[in-house]
Amino acid sequence: MNWVTNNLETIISALGWHVALSVPAIVAALLCSIPLGWLAHRLPRYSGPIITGSGLLFAIPSLPLLIVLPVLTGAGMRDGSNVVIALTLYGIALLVRSVADGFNSISSETRLAATALGYSGFRRFLTVELPLAAPIILTGLRVVTASTIALCTVGAVLGIPSLGTLFTDGFQRQILAEIMTGIILTLGLAGICDALLVVLGKLLMPWQKQVA
Amino acid sequence: MFNRKTATSSMISFESVTKTYPGPSRSAADVVAVRDTSFTVDTGTITVLAGSSGCGKTTLLRMVNRMVAPTSGRVLINGDDIAHMNPVQLRRKIGYVMQHAGLLPHKTVAENIAVVPRLNGASRTEAKRSVDRMLDMVELPADMADRYPAELSGGQAQRVGVARALADEPRILLMDEPFGAVDPLVRTGLQQQLVDIQHELGTTMLFVTHDMSEALRLGHQIILLAEQGRIMQQDSPTKLVEQPANAFVEDFLGLNAVDKTLRTRTTEDGRTMIVDAHGRPAGFLEQA
Ligand SMILES: Nc1ncnc2c1ncn2[C@@H]1O[C@H](COP(=O)(O)OP(=O)(O)OP(=O)(O)O)[C@@H](O)[C@H]1O
Ligand SMILES: [Mg+2]
Repeated sequence: MNWVTNNLETIISALGWHVALSVPAIVAALLCSIPLGWLAHRLPRYSGPIITGSGLLFAIPSLPLLIVLPVLTGAGMRDGSNVVIALTLYGIALLVRSVADGFNSISSETRLAATALGYSGFRRFLTVELPLAAPIILTGLRVVTASTIALCTVGAVLGIPSLGTLFTDGFQRQILAEIMTGIILTLGLAGICDALLVVLGKLLMPWQKQVA
Repeated sequence: MFNRKTATSSMISFESVTKTYPGPSRSAADVVAVRDTSFTVDTGTITVLAGSSGCGKTTLLRMVNRMVAPTSGRVLINGDDIAHMNPVQLRRKIGYVMQHAGLLPHKTVAENIAVVPRLNGASRTEAKRSVDRMLDMVELPADMADRYPAELSGGQAQRVGVARALADEPRILLMDEPFGAVDPLVRTGLQQQLVDIQHELGTTMLFVTHDMSEALRLGHQIILLAEQGRIMQQDSPTKLVEQPANAFVEDFLGLNAVDKTLRTRTTEDGRTMIVDAHGRPAGFLEQA
């Protein structure tokens, strides 16, 4: 406990970095997955390749990816952008299928109704299809959030700061309290973000009486 | 769009429309849903399309708001070929009621009813006024406005479907078996409401059903269809019943059914009850 009170600043900084790297990645993964998943839904012929292809992104081992990315982007080895990009790719891998499932779940009756009412193009996408696909997208997003927050720690191995830094540092210096703090905060952060998503879902989708 | 007066009194005309759908597989023959069908719907009247399943009723109905494009032939509204109109704009001017109401599940009752006025550019306050007026017209309590479709009974959902279709006072209302999924008592109530509304607003209605008693109750004109949209008879309800054109029409009216013979029976209180072949009461006999 002593270690925690003496190193509050280090802990808060690690937590801050962790949030600053994982939240943009989660948002970027969502923004990229929506068009990809929608395409998979609209083009049944290509839906297999799009979903499987993006899912395979998850098979890329994380350390090599973090080493190759800076070479491709020209950013420094310890630049946070490497982690954000890597986490975004993993997020896309998990989310495209949920997005496609979400759009596919809209009943043909509802689609016909929207057409008959005179919805057109983008407005129909934004105000009918996206909200109706949202509950299933949210389920996927919760998995992505947990996985992103967990994976974000990997950057610490290469010296990119995050809660993972507390494990690597604690491991090197044999401080159990530091390792435990890292683990507990990572789990806690994941739990809080998940709870936030559930609350957000309830607020944005009041027609859904049971968001699990 | 099409509220200007023209010389003719027919609002909708089908001119030799044909619709073929591609067959279920590449080698299968095309499906002819409707073949060379022509008829007109007079302004301010209810025309009922009746006929057994698969005879092309829905296909014909959806040609009016361009959800189905005829393979050949034309559909005119007030004399103008709708093929030249913008389909989205056209649909915003035509009410459409689906079999299971087709309410948007993520919108409240009020939001569902407000959809078309809002799409047509009404302000929130204007739309709200339409919602209140429509809820009143279909006799739904105002406090139902904030419910979601999942929280409605079938009959209530159907009323909301009608309210939504009429909210922007379209000149044309298309209804595809709108009351098929509600119980007979509620159905009769909804039918009466529809007749009243039509009387009040003078809307031109095209109504699809395969329930002949519904057709006879609602239609100013009944068009009885056989397979591929072939018109077997097109007449007023009275003419249809009194002068069925052929055996198909008689069968559809149930005139030739073996068990249609009615008998009378005197009840304990001395009235004369009419019963069918199975002894089910069909009504009481009254001296005219
Ligand atoms: N999208 C489609 N693709 C292929 N065939 C279709 C399609 N829609 C309708 N059909 C066929 O066209 C014919 C007419 O269908 P339609 O839906 O117009 O009939 P209906 O009179 O409305 O029947 P019901 O009373 O069962 O609703 C049927 O044989 C149907 O199988
Ligand atoms: Mg039909």
